[in-house]
Amino acid sequence: MTEVPSYLPPTGQEIIFLLLGVVAVGSALLVVTTKQVVHAALWLVVCFGALAGCYLILTAEFVAWVQVLIYVGAIVVLLLFGIMLTRAPIGRTADLDSRNRPAAAIVAIATAAVLVTVVIDGFRAAYAPLEAGGGSAKELGSSIFRNWVLPFEVLSILLLAALIGAIVLSRTDIRGRD
Amino acid sequence: MHVVYPTVVSALLFSIGVYGVLARRNTILVLMSVELMLNAVNLNLVVFDVWLRDRLHGGQVLTLFVIVIAAAEVGLGLAIILALYRNRQTIDLDRLRTLTEPTDSGTDPEGGSAPDASSNAPTPGPGPDAGPARGAAPAGSPSGTVSPGNLLNSAADRAQTNSEPIIRPGDTS
Repeated sequence: MTEVPSYLPPTGQEIIFLLLGVVAVGSALLVVTTKQVVHAALWLVVCFGALAGCYLILTAEFVAWVQVLIYVGAIVVLLLFGIMLTRAPIGRTADLDSRNRPAAAIVAIATAAVLVTVVIDGFRAAYAPLEAGGGSAKELGSSIFRNWVLPFEVLSILLLAALIGAIVLSRTDIRGRD
Repeated sequence: MHVVYPTVVSALLFSIGVYGVLARRNTILVLMSVELMLNAVNLNLVVFDVWLRDRLHGGQVLTLFVIVIAAAEVGLGLAIILALYRNRQTIDLDRLRTLTEPTDSGTDPEGGSAPDASSNAPTPGPGPDAGPARGAAPAGSPSGTVSPGNLLNSAADRAQTNSEPIIRPGDTS
């Protein structure tokens, strides 16, 4: 944070990060604009994979593997199950977008403009030197079980509650009290 | 690594998620866009953790917590969507208008979707009617005839007859 290296010859890490970021943003754009529901889920896999690569470059390796395991492995599969169970049209369908699409585009472009200008203005002088090992499983594990135990346990309870809630919601033979 | 690059990528991802939430009709696609926004936040958390050299690793631990919460959210959201699909045979957000204000019937701008909503749902006058109706019809069964299994089967049959000619040509995907 003391002196900022020059931007112009970007380091190798920055080049790879930017390439992965381009892949992530492009596939995210395809997620929200594609005409086929299943393709949206598959582009979501590409986006999450590129983000996992970004985490790896930012030396957060444990987060990267958790991202691959949970997002790519579990959440996308859940979404695909949802697509299958709601019998979404498989082929190319025209009515995936609602009528307020121009308004949504305006709002999104405005959000992007505001956020990007603020972020560039705010973090122009920030530099984070990357050192390996900061996000290894050992570091994160000792940090979680030493300093963040209580949120961890609360989160376990939340996950259990969500599990039971999903079961109750999706079963049809559980009735309310008369 | 300059902090600008990850934060700009994160800002762009977040705005793409905003666009998806606002512009999509399919509820599952809206859920995917919410996931995009959560991932943008995760990227920010990780890069700030690395930048500020947090001794407690608060950013990365919070990223893990956000991932767990996202998993719970997707599970619950899909359960809700499936319950919705079972009762309404549609997950189009534009057609789920039961909770809208009961306006004059002439001023409804969507002439196309109004008869759909009124045929699937009870009349839009008593707004939260769908909730008790869903619970009461199988449970109390004073009206008797609808059991949950029948409801599910009829929903499946209707959806199959609806989507069968659509699936055939698109089978290549």
